[in-house]
Amino acid sequence: MPSFSEALKSQVGRKVLTGVTGVGLIIFIIFHLATNLQVFGDVHAFNEAAHALESMGWLLYVLEAGLAIAFLLHAYVGISIWWNRRKARPEGYEKYQSKGGPSHMSWASKSMIFTGIVLLVFLVIHIDTFKFGATDMVMLPGGEEARDLKGLMISTFQQPLYAFGYTAVMILLGFHLGHGFWSAFTSLTMKHNKYSALMYTVGVIFAMLMAVGFLFIPLYIYFGGGCEAALIQCQ
Amino acid sequence: MADTFTVHLKIWRQDGPDQPGKLVDYTLDKVNEHMSFLEMLDVLNEEIVAEGKEEPIEFDYDCREGICGSCNLVINGQAHGPKDMTCTCQLHMRNFSDGDTIVIEPFRAKAFPVIKDLVVDRSAFDRIIEAGGYVSVKTGSAPDANSIPIDKTVADTAFDYATCIGCGACVAACPNSSASLFTGAKLAHLNRLPQGEPERKKRTVSMVDQMEEEGFGDCSNYAECEAVCPKGISISAIAEMRRNYVKATLAGTEA
Repeated sequence: MPSFSEALKSQVGRKVLTGVTGVGLIIFIIFHLATNLQVFGDVHAFNEAAHALESMGWLLYVLEAGLAIAFLLHAYVGISIWWNRRKARPEGYEKYQSKGGPSHMSWASKSMIFTGIVLLVFLVIHIDTFKFGATDMVMLPGGEEARDLKGLMISTFQQPLYAFGYTAVMILLGFHLGHGFWSAFTSLTMKHNKYSALMYTVGVIFAMLMAVGFLFIPLYIYFGGGCEAALIQCQ
Repeated sequence: MADTFTVHLKIWRQDGPDQPGKLVDYTLDKVNEHMSFLEMLDVLNEEIVAEGKEEPIEFDYDCREGICGSCNLVINGQAHGPKDMTCTCQLHMRNFSDGDTIVIEPFRAKAFPVIKDLVVDRSAFDRIIEAGGYVSVKTGSAPDANSIPIDKTVADTAFDYATCIGCGACVAACPNSSASLFTGAKLAHLNRLPQGEPERKKRTVSMVDQMEEEGFGDCSNYAECEAVCPKGISISAIAEMRRNYVKATLAGTEA
């Protein structure tokens, strides 16, 4: 029998690893979106949520490390699968077309490497903009001083490049999840003939909800004029 | 309606392994709608032989009744052609129309090297089977029938997976050239039955390892393999293979 690390390196192990990290990242983005939507809540809701996260201390570092490992492993395995496929078929077809039916060949599934790499590059810019971006300090109702991430978010998305760039990337995220959600659960062996079609539909709906949820914020801020926007309370 | 019609063929010609190949144009005007695809190629070969200018086109076949897994061909970009759950030999020319252009290519994968024209070497599948696609049996007199009780639903599902004829269309259609559906079907068939239980863990790991050693790619859950499979085998087989592999490697005690 192979050792645990040998098993992880096998074709099955790599796929299970992609699925496990994929599900981890899915859970992460659900929390991320829930936090983002606080911007439509009470004046301080978003900054309070962000401050609560930043005040978690060592636990936050553990979570961040776990998240970083999940992202990097997911990307590493995905890129290696794409690399292997080039080796596995050195000479391609002159003509190739999907047979449809039970096939899940689609722009979403065929573009996982493209949407994935865009998301990876986006992540670097995104972390630089928000996690390490310069902000003013605000006083929260509890008397604590916190970074004004809400202000940073509003000023960032009033710039067309950010507003539309984020929107485009979130559409790609939707496509990535459109194949990824179903694929992750299939990789984790949760595939049953009876529920497969339902699972795929749930995945596509989930992907659309996430994409729309995330891209709504930059577009609303841009077109709503930031603090002038009806749903956003500033001060 | 005319009895015969004309098709334009673009057929991959390649003199031998590691030689450059190319698509060659042929026009065949004596096509009958009742011909199978292979019979159409037979007629073309008769013309080529009669003309005597070049060698006939090499292609694989054996039973011509859809059960041996010998015929292959990628027809207009689809393994075994446009008809669902049909082998190339059972695809009839009535599925094409007068004046159609049909592109015919061999199955393409590093693990399936071209021998000549449309014939590829699929012995990689044999080696995957050798790695564990068998069960131990008691030698001596034949056992009584039904001496091992098996739930009917289990037997039926095992049989569904056992219908895999090892043609390799799953590999040909997979964008990654993965052999996961073939290997998964063999494992889902044998691992499910009491006769296959003794070697279950070892079989799963050996066959998965062999699949990778042969140079097949990873599975990305495209499910294109299921769409082209002439026996309609579900990719649930692949999920089962993963489940068995995880169980075998996390809780494997055998040497």
